[in-house]
Amino acid sequence: MIRLTRRYRFSASHRLHSPRLSDEENRAIYGKCNNQHGHGHNYVLEVSVRGPVEPETGRAADIAALDSLVHREIISAFDHRNLNADVPDFADAVPTTENLVAAIERRLRRVWSTVFPGEWPELDRIRVQETRRNTIEARL
Amino acid sequence: MCRLPGLSDEENRALYGEAANPHGHGHNYVVEVTLDGTPDPVTGIVFDLKKLKEVLNREIVEPMDHRFLNEEVPPFDRVVPTSENLAIEIWRRVQPRLEEAGARLHSVRVWESEDFCAEFQGESS
Repeated sequence: MIRLTRRYRFSASHRLHSPRLSDEENRAIYGKCNNQHGHGHNYVLEVSVRGPVEPETGRAADIAALDSLVHREIISAFDHRNLNADVPDFADAVPTTENLVAAIERRLRRVWSTVFPGEWPELDRIRVQETRRNTIEARL
Repeated sequence: MCRLPGLSDEENRALYGEAANPHGHGHNYVVEVTLDGTPDPVTGIVFDLKKLKEVLNREIVEPMDHRFLNEEVPPFDRVVPTSENLAIEIWRRVQPRLEEAGARLHSVRVWESEDFCAEFQGESS
């Protein structure tokens, strides 16, 4: 079994603010990320897939197909957007990196089988680096 | 270079894209080798990294660096040198050497570019 990891980049802005918390609580929990007018990040997204190597081609997944899936479902929806205002996934969810990872997983799973109809490759891991110091990873 | 001998130029391009260029192409590969283990109670180390470097230089870097994989590095005269197959081949070359030396290989990662990596953790994973 092989794990393939592909790295993508997108830039987006957000504001971390939960309507279920008071302004003071929001400030205390989210700090600078609660800034009223938002702020931006150059996100780095890693998508990993897992599968056996097809003996004929020597490949475990069609990376061009993965690229077009990720560009269509994720990059074109998130890049140079305000996550709170422009991306429906965050209409009711705070666009933390944790929720961003969950939204990316949902978006990829929704159409996965139309791109990869067979048993393999399967989605293995989603990792989003928000800054050089903050990375959130979901092992699937 | 990624080409299957039974396929036409066009079919190879459709399958492997630019990597099918018949004159080959190059990468600055980055290989990550990860060992598993518990630190020795006296030395505090899991495995001597100088020994690891020797094994990797002898088994991987010397035979593969600045070579045309398809022409000069078996089994890539018969097997397509995708990053997947490269990760598996590196595992096969270094795993027995590391086991002899008392180390347990956990994974081999081959970064073909900054944005693409293949990882192998052995036949049983």
